[in-house]
Amino acid sequence: MISETVKRGPFSHINWKLWRSVILALLILAAILFFNARNPAETRAVLRSTLRYAVPLILGALCGIFCERAGIVNIGIEGQMLLSAFTSYMTNAWTGNLMFSLFVGMVTGSIVGLFLAFLSIKLKLNQVIGGTVINILAAGITGYFYQVGTTTKGKFASIPLGPLADIPIIGPLLFNNPPITYIAIVLVIVSQIVLFNTRWGLRTRAVGEHPRAADTLGVDVFKIRYLNVLIGGVMAGLAGAFLTLEGVGLFERGMTNGRGFIALAVMIFGKWNPISSAMAALFFGFANAMQTQLQFMGIQIAHQFVGMIPYLLTIIVVSGFVGRSRAPAAEGIPYEKE
Amino acid sequence: MESVTPSQNNWLQKVWFSVRIPFLAIILALIVGAVVLLVSGSNPLEAYAQLFKGAFGSLKNFQRVLEKSTPLIFSGLAVALGFKAGLFNIGAQGQLLLGAIIAGFVGFSIKGLPSYVHIPLALLCGIVAGALYGAIPGLLKAFSGAHEVITTIMLNYIAINLTDYLSDGPWKDMSPGNIVSRLPAIEESAKIGTIGPVPIGFIVAVLIAFLIWFVINRTTFGFEINSVGLNPHASKYAGMRTKVLIIAALIVSGALAGLGGAVETQGVVGRYQPGFNAGIGFDGITVALLARNSPIAVIASSLLLGAMKGGANTMQFYANVPNEIIDIIQGTMLLFVTAEMVVRWVFKMRKRSETEITVTAGWGQR
Repeated sequence: MISETVKRGPFSHINWKLWRSVILALLILAAILFFNARNPAETRAVLRSTLRYAVPLILGALCGIFCERAGIVNIGIEGQMLLSAFTSYMTNAWTGNLMFSLFVGMVTGSIVGLFLAFLSIKLKLNQVIGGTVINILAAGITGYFYQVGTTTKGKFASIPLGPLADIPIIGPLLFNNPPITYIAIVLVIVSQIVLFNTRWGLRTRAVGEHPRAADTLGVDVFKIRYLNVLIGGVMAGLAGAFLTLEGVGLFERGMTNGRGFIALAVMIFGKWNPISSAMAALFFGFANAMQTQLQFMGIQIAHQFVGMIPYLLTIIVVSGFVGRSRAPAAEGIPYEKE
Repeated sequence: MESVTPSQNNWLQKVWFSVRIPFLAIILALIVGAVVLLVSGSNPLEAYAQLFKGAFGSLKNFQRVLEKSTPLIFSGLAVALGFKAGLFNIGAQGQLLLGAIIAGFVGFSIKGLPSYVHIPLALLCGIVAGALYGAIPGLLKAFSGAHEVITTIMLNYIAINLTDYLSDGPWKDMSPGNIVSRLPAIEESAKIGTIGPVPIGFIVAVLIAFLIWFVINRTTFGFEINSVGLNPHASKYAGMRTKVLIIAALIVSGALAGLGGAVETQGVVGRYQPGFNAGIGFDGITVALLARNSPIAVIASSLLLGAMKGGANTMQFYANVPNEIIDIIQGTMLLFVTAEMVVRWVFKMRKRSETEITVTAGWGQR
């Protein structure tokens, strides 16, 4: 930080970080246009698959961001997603009302979130262990209560947003989606604003970085933590509901298949920042889409190696080899009022 | 038994104090399980009776319990040793998978060895594979501060992908008629047998548990591991090489998990097949926490979980209860044993300073 302000080279007034992002964005756009010109159908398939894979990761990462920015480590996202996927699926099977099922999924996520908050704030249980307990319990509960052969009356269909959906390339990609995808896109922007441009966000980050100082200034640390974990729970609930109401349309035992953990990876990769995390999720989604695509093109890379990419990248990122990411300082430490 | 001497009484009291929380957690978890069974329309008494019968009803069932407990002891020890050093090794699963597949590879690919060479060789290769895989998070933690919880979770998925690739690619069982992804069966000379109903692997596991107990409680290395776990800063100040200790602890932890995988391949499954070891590493977390990180108690808690796993099929078949009730009971047990306050509150116990687990909090670089 200090070196940046002291440096007085001829180019010191240029915001390199901003330019780097702009250049990267232009390069990606150029690549998309190039491939679109060559094979529009294939390009569209890759882009759509990227977004579909990214949505639950984005929502899961948002859950992680809200919890961890407030100082609560949440490795139970996987379990939160699984339970929400299950309850929204079962509600859909019983009532056939998709919106109500979505609501149930969100409520489930938030209840599990409250449970984690209770364990870590009230009981001061080690948060990593608390999250592990949630994951194990979620696998057990969903496995026990799920009956094979349950059927539903369908899943969310795409809603084209009028003329916006007719814009070439991005129209069908961004403005012709099922509801949870829209919600996710909106939530990324809203979360970014809430966390960095509102009083609530400032308090949340203060509680995550230095709860004692925040407390001294009159911020209710416990309340902020509870509410943020609750908000995060709603996001994880949406992620779970996405899997059964929008993505797969079915429930299977253990269907989250590590997505909750990849969401954590996405969160760290995105440095606990909603927009960056969404970009990271899209990148992971793109890697996944390319894997399928390469196989169509006859290029044989064992899919397992492509499957490793997100995990390898996360290890590289947390190890600080490529751009260090720093967690909120007070994360994982139960707060004791004096 | 009319007169109990004070010293005996004292001893009993001491044992009770150290086991009461896990014991009450188990009871509470069984009650929660019973409620779940009742709610879903099953008879909990019948289910538990069948579970018990499935675990201990015959010598063969009992042998299955011992077989199920064996890898749990290893992964439980791996996790417990990590906890002792203040490290949460969620990666036991990945380390175990690598140990299992390497032992499977050595077991089928090398032919014509006498079993007294082949068995230890395959076991050793499994140990080394697990140890090397455990060294990765250790090195990352020591030199870049990357939190082991994140790195080991990621390494688990990398291990799953890697073993899936190997068992569906270069090491796949190409025998005619085989369509599933798995390795060929290991040679007879690499198989670990049984003594009566007792698998030799189980005996090895118990011996290793005692060895780990000895290392932790009676050696300098164990003392240093403990003190790093309790207070890394003080240990560093006292002149201990904390980085080396962190790496060493995770290497030993990985070696234990790898050995568990190798024993499972050579003693029970007879080959490496994806999915056969699923969840054992995570069960290790439950085992270790239930045993409150005591290597000897790991044997007991592994037997408990092993009995539940061993009896689950009988329960499913005769009492018509889904296997997954076991996972619910296990999860609840873990919850109660870690959230001591709940147990204390339920049984109106007062707080007593007991050895608590200290795990590093949060991740990222410090």
